[in-house]
Amino acid sequence: MASEEKSAWIMLILAIAAVTTYLIWVLGLVGDAPLTEAPYVAPMLWTIGGSIVLSIVLHIFFAPKIGKKDQREREIHRFGEYNSYAFITIGALSAMVLAMFEFDHFWIANVIYLCFILSAIVGAIAKIVAYRTGLPRW
Amino acid sequence: MKPTAVTNLIRTLRFAHGEMTQADLAERIGVTRQTVIAIEQGKYSPSLELAFQIARAFGVPLDDVFQYPDSEEGSP
Repeated sequence: MASEEKSAWIMLILAIAAVTTYLIWVLGLVGDAPLTEAPYVAPMLWTIGGSIVLSIVLHIFFAPKIGKKDQREREIHRFGEYNSYAFITIGALSAMVLAMFEFDHFWIANVIYLCFILSAIVGAIAKIVAYRTGLPRW
Repeated sequence: MKPTAVTNLIRTLRFAHGEMTQADLAERIGVTRQTVIAIEQGKYSPSLELAFQIARAFGVPLDDVFQYPDSEEGSP
């Protein structure tokens, strides 16, 4: 398996692990109180920070960068970024609308977090599929 | 759907050139072995420049390495 494909697998697994940890953590803390009163900030920061650190460590051990990306790897990388980019935009627009209608900070932060996670998952899946089956014909 | 309609004779040419390995060809044209495998299996259509490099590695014209069907089912 190419180093870049391993990297996509690492990102996919970390994104799923991070959001799962976050959800279990927050839902465990909130108890019977309304969801918007959940102390979400610490779990969010820890899962974001933890996944960044784990990503660096896992890349060092399992997918070290060896040489430059070749033409196909660059195209697959662009294809993955192209697919994930839509979710960043959706996240930003959703947060803007929620802020305009004065929704609780909880929803604004979480919709951005959700879109970051979806962006990472979709981008990683797109790259893995491209590595396994080839890039689609446009 | 097949990722590319371009077919190639890279595997045949490798064996005709002293059983050149995929790794040898990859090194000559400056890509990874996985990319050579993807091109050989028709999963990836190389750029024109890379296609010329492959043809040059075998010392043959481009048409001897890559083929494109005259008419393609379902094409616009």
